[in-house]
Amino acid sequence: MSGTTAAPQDGAIAWNREALPPGPAQDAVIKGITGEMEEKGFVVANLDKVVNWARTGSLWPMTFGLACCAVPMIHAYMARYDLDRFGIIPRGSPRQSDVMIVAGTLTNKMAPALRKVYDQMSEPRWVISMGSCANGGGYYHYSYSVVRGCDRIVPVDVYVPGCPPTAEALVYGILQLQKKIRRTGTILRG
Amino acid sequence: MSLADLGAAIAEAAGPAVQEAFVERGQELVLRVTRQGLLPVMALLRDDPRLAFEQLMDLCGVDFPERAERFEVVYNLLSLTHNRRIRVIVATDENTPVPSLMEMWPAATWYEREAWDMYGIVFEGQTDLRRLLTDYGFEGHPLRKDFPLTGHVEVRYDETRKQVVYEPVSLTQDFRNFDFLSPWEAMTTLPGDEKVHLTREARGQIEDNSGGAR
Repeated sequence: MSGTTAAPQDGAIAWNREALPPGPAQDAVIKGITGEMEEKGFVVANLDKVVNWARTGSLWPMTFGLACCAVPMIHAYMARYDLDRFGIIPRGSPRQSDVMIVAGTLTNKMAPALRKVYDQMSEPRWVISMGSCANGGGYYHYSYSVVRGCDRIVPVDVYVPGCPPTAEALVYGILQLQKKIRRTGTILRG
Repeated sequence: MSLADLGAAIAEAAGPAVQEAFVERGQELVLRVTRQGLLPVMALLRDDPRLAFEQLMDLCGVDFPERAERFEVVYNLLSLTHNRRIRVIVATDENTPVPSLMEMWPAATWYEREAWDMYGIVFEGQTDLRRLLTDYGFEGHPLRKDFPLTGHVEVRYDETRKQVVYEPVSLTQDFRNFDFLSPWEAMTTLPGDEKVHLTREARGQIEDNSGGAR
């Protein structure tokens, strides 16, 4: 945050819309302020980076194990791959979750329930589609009872291919999602 | 008592309700029963201490579209007392109901609901004949041979109506049948696999022999 911020109006957040471009001038301002602040026991950082750090560091997934893909998902949670170390803790409630891992075959009968769970998640929220069935129907693509891809029901951020994907593949998919959040994540809406 | 003798004894005790009793594959006793005779025969099989088929292990349907009575309902019973199994088969069509076994084996309810759901076989006396497996409001009976593979409807989320909607099926690519006759698929015995095929042939001969005995 540079020192040229206008005084905040009552109740509104003061966004710095007249920021200095990156360069020596900005650096000088930041350096000056950082020195002042550190003496008083504060740390200065970019707010959006802090927010993204917090978001990517505690991606709590809604466990939506629909079929056999749930087993590698469980493997990824357990001691060997240990998603805990990324701050990823499976949740039983959509209201506590940031990301939904759709692991397995999504049937027509389950589709409204899946959408309802997605709607109950609070923003910001992401979806990982895990396995061939969730990606595009997979083995059951021509079935009378299976949704041909869970992206017909919810917007998907990361597709993890495989039948089933290995636990490593899922971990890789989650890391890709973290990358995506870091790249596109913003605290400003819309 | 051999299985064939047991079948003959049951057929004699049950009278004309049993159309046919035979042993399949040398070890599976099968009874073909009329619809009217189903309940008395089942009561006999369960309650006669010499038979004592106490458990209904499974109840399923089979569809033979070329037959006049296209459906078969197959009951598999188990006698824990005598360590014996028996299969009872009843034929029916789309409209004729089969007597329900709900009163004799409460476990039959879910099986009968499944058979109703998948084949549209009606069970008389079943008080809870709802669909069991398919979607709410599903139309048709998917395990019938004349039911199209992809069904009639598919679902998607409608952003304007904010709900999951049903639409007629539209496939971006039609279902394909492969003939497996391409040079890459034609080699059915891989080098090193000959032993598997030899044992498979030997097993086939055993099955032929038992079939002949029937």
